[in-house]
Amino acid sequence: MVASLVPTEDEVMLRDAARGFLQESSPVSAFRANRDAGRAYDPGLWKEMARMGWTGVLLPEDAGGYEMGHRAAGILSEEMGEVLAASPFISTAVMAATALKDAANDRLAGIADGSAIYALAVDEGSKHAPERTGLRAEKSGNAFRLTGRKVFVADGTSASRVLVLARTGGAVGDAQGLTLFDIDADRARLTRTAKRTVDERDHAQLDFDGVEATGDDIVGEVDGGMAAIATALNAGRAALSAELLGVSAGAFGMTTAYLKERKQFGRIIGTFQALQHRAAHLFAEIEITASAIANAGRMMDEDPENADLAISIAKARATKTAKLAVSEGVQMHGGIGMTDEFDMGFFMKRARVGAEWLGDYGYHANRVARARGF
Amino acid sequence: MSSFSDDPDQFRSEVATFIAEKCPQELKVMPANARSICWGGKRFKFSCDEQRIWMENAASVGLTAPRWPVEYGGAGLNRTQEKIFREEMAKARAPSPLESFGLWMLGPALLAFGTHEQKLKYLPDITNGRIRWCQGYSEPGAGSDLASVQTRADDKGDHWVVNGSKIWTSYANHADWIFALVRTDRDAPKHKGISFMLIDMEAQGVTTKPIKLISGASPFCETFFDDVVVPKTDEQGNSRIVGDLNRGWDVAKHLLTHEREMIGGGVSGGAAGVLGGRSLGTFIGSLDETIMQDAVIRSETMELEIDTLAMGMTLERYKDMAKQGGVGHASAMLKYAGTELNKRRYEILMSITGSEGVEWGGEHGTLAPEWLRTKANSIEGGTSEVMLDILSKRVLELPSS
Repeated sequence: MVASLVPTEDEVMLRDAARGFLQESSPVSAFRANRDAGRAYDPGLWKEMARMGWTGVLLPEDAGGYEMGHRAAGILSEEMGEVLAASPFISTAVMAATALKDAANDRLAGIADGSAIYALAVDEGSKHAPERTGLRAEKSGNAFRLTGRKVFVADGTSASRVLVLARTGGAVGDAQGLTLFDIDADRARLTRTAKRTVDERDHAQLDFDGVEATGDDIVGEVDGGMAAIATALNAGRAALSAELLGVSAGAFGMTTAYLKERKQFGRIIGTFQALQHRAAHLFAEIEITASAIANAGRMMDEDPENADLAISIAKARATKTAKLAVSEGVQMHGGIGMTDEFDMGFFMKRARVGAEWLGDYGYHANRVARARGF
Repeated sequence: MSSFSDDPDQFRSEVATFIAEKCPQELKVMPANARSICWGGKRFKFSCDEQRIWMENAASVGLTAPRWPVEYGGAGLNRTQEKIFREEMAKARAPSPLESFGLWMLGPALLAFGTHEQKLKYLPDITNGRIRWCQGYSEPGAGSDLASVQTRADDKGDHWVVNGSKIWTSYANHADWIFALVRTDRDAPKHKGISFMLIDMEAQGVTTKPIKLISGASPFCETFFDDVVVPKTDEQGNSRIVGDLNRGWDVAKHLLTHEREMIGGGVSGGAAGVLGGRSLGTFIGSLDETIMQDAVIRSETMELEIDTLAMGMTLERYKDMAKQGGVGHASAMLKYAGTELNKRRYEILMSITGSEGVEWGGEHGTLAPEWLRTKANSIEGGTSEVMLDILSKRVLELPSS
C-alpha cells in the first residue's frame, strides 16, 4: 500500500509540536543572537531536541530511537528551516543515523541521546561530487592511513565524530574503490579548520595527514563506501530539501505579511496586482515543491534503494523554489530587505548554502536525466 | 450495490479480469490521439466497432463513471477501488471507455445540486454514452468576467424563452444537450440573477457555428439561441433548472473549481514527464540523436522534466487532499501551474524537433497542432491571470484595492 502524500494525523501532530517548540525556543531572533555571538548553533537547543526524541527520529527503538521515518525527519527539518534553527540535525540524526543503521547500538545510542555530533566529510572541490573523492586510505598492516583534504564539511568544527569517504582503490571519478570510515574527530593528524560561510553555520575544512584508522572504523565494506553512504546522502538531501522548503515558507510568510501592512502611494502595497500575481506564482511554486518533498520522504521510507529520482526532483525543486522565495522576499520588502537589521537576508544566505550542499540544481538535474533515460 | 467485491485484493482481480475480457485487444494497442477518444452521444461516429463494444461493456457495470452511485448508472466504487481500477486500466493499456462533459461537468453538478429525480433522468444517459452534453458558459461579452452573462431566459408561465449567444462552447456541434448559464432575473445583482438551465440542442432556434482555431481544429463553437422555448418542467415533472432559480452561479462556481482541477491535471503530463510518456520518435521522423547534447535544449528539457514530474506529484497530493475535505480556491493553483507548464513543455518539444516540428499535416505533422492547442490551456476555464487573482485574494488573502 503506497502512502498518501497528505500527512497522517501523527505527522500533523508532530508538525504542530515542532512548530510550537521552535517558535518558543528558537525563533529567528535566536539565530541572530547566535550569529552575533559567533556561535554556529546553540548546544542547549540541541539538548532539547535530543530530549524530545528528534535525534532518534530514524533510529530503532533498541538504540533509544523512535523509528518515525524520513517523512517525519523531513517535517522536523522543514520546521527548522522556517525559523532558521541551526543544529547538526541533518548531519547527525539523518545522515549518520542512516549510514550507521547497522552499527552497534552503543554507537547509535550516542546519536539518540544527543551526545554524539557527526559530520560527513565527502566533498573535496567546490561542487558536490562523492565519486570525485581523492583522499587516500592506504593500507599499512592491519590499519589504514588517511591522507588528503575534505572541504565544505557541515558541522565539521563541532563534530565529535567524522564519517569520511576515502579512496582505497580505483581512480578519481570512479564510484567503486571508495571506503567509508567512522573516526573520532579528535584523532591525531586530523586538523579541522573552521570556514566561515554566508549562512554563519558550522562549516570546516578537514586535513588528513596520515590519520590512522583500523578495520573496526570501516562502515560497510572496503571498496564498498559508495553503497555505505548512498542512502545516507539521499536521506540528507531529502531532509535538506525539506529544510529549504521551510526556508521558502518562512521567507514567503514574512513577505505576504509585509504586503498586507506596508503602505505606499496611500495604499497597502498588497493591493497592487503586479505584486499579487508574483506572490501567487510563488505560492504555486512552493506548493509544487512541497509535493516533491513529501514524495521524497515517502520513497525513502518505502523504497530507499530506488529513491534517487524522487530525491533529485525534490532537491532540484527545493533549491530553485528557495532561490525564488528569498529573491522575491528581498525585492518586495524594498530597502529594508537589504539591511542586516532585518531577517530576510538570513533566509537568502541559508538558501544559497543549502543550494550547494549535497548537490546543486545541475547535479540533481543530471541525476534526473540519467534516471529518465535522457 | 456494486457488482464488484469490497475486498481490495478480490476487487483488483475482478476488475483486471473484466478489463482483460471486456476491452477488445485492438483498443489496447491503438495510439492515443483525438480519434481514440470515445465521446458517445446520438451523433457520435465510433472510430471502430471495438470502441463501441468497450463503451457498452464498461457502461453495463457502471465503469464509465466509477464513483457515481449504482442507481444513477455508476459503479459505486469507493476511493481505493477507483484507484485500483485506474491502476489496472493503465496496466492493461486500456483506453478510457467514455469521456464527456456529462461525466466531467454536468454529472458532478447534478450529484451536488440536482434532485433525485433529475439524477435518475439525466445521469444514466451520460454513463451509457447515449447523450452528449456541452457547456454553455462564456459569451462574447462575458469571458473572464463570466458573471456578466447576458443570454436571457424570459418567464412565459409554463416555459422559458431563451435568447442570446454563447461562445467557446466545446463540441457544441456534436452535442445533444447543453447546460447553460442564463439570466433569469435582470434586475438582481449580476451574480444573483443567473440560473443553470438544461436545454435540448434539437430545440427550435438553437444553432451552432464552429470556430476555426490557430491549431486548425474547431473544438469550440458559437452557439446561438433565437427565441428557444424551454419547458419549465418535463413530462415527469422535473425542472429544467439545476439548483435554485437565480442561484445558478453557485452551481457554476462549483463546476469551475472542478474544471480547473481537471484542466490543470489533464494537460500537464504529470507522472509521464516532459514527453508525456511518448518517445521523441513519436514527434519526429529522423531523430537527431545528438539533439539532447545541445547544452541549452538539454538544460531546458531537464528543468521541464523535473517540473513536470513534480506537478504529477502535486496532482496526486491535491487529489488526496480533495478527498479529505477539499482544496477550495487552491484548485486555481493546479489550473495555473498545470497549463503554464504544458505550454512550456510544448515549446521545448517544438524546439527539440526543429524544422520537422513545424510540418503541417503528414506523418509527423501532429505536433504543431498540439503545440498551438496548448495556447488555449491558460485561457479556457479561467485565464492564468484570473487564477492568480483568485490565489492572491482567496488563498493569500491579499487586500483588494
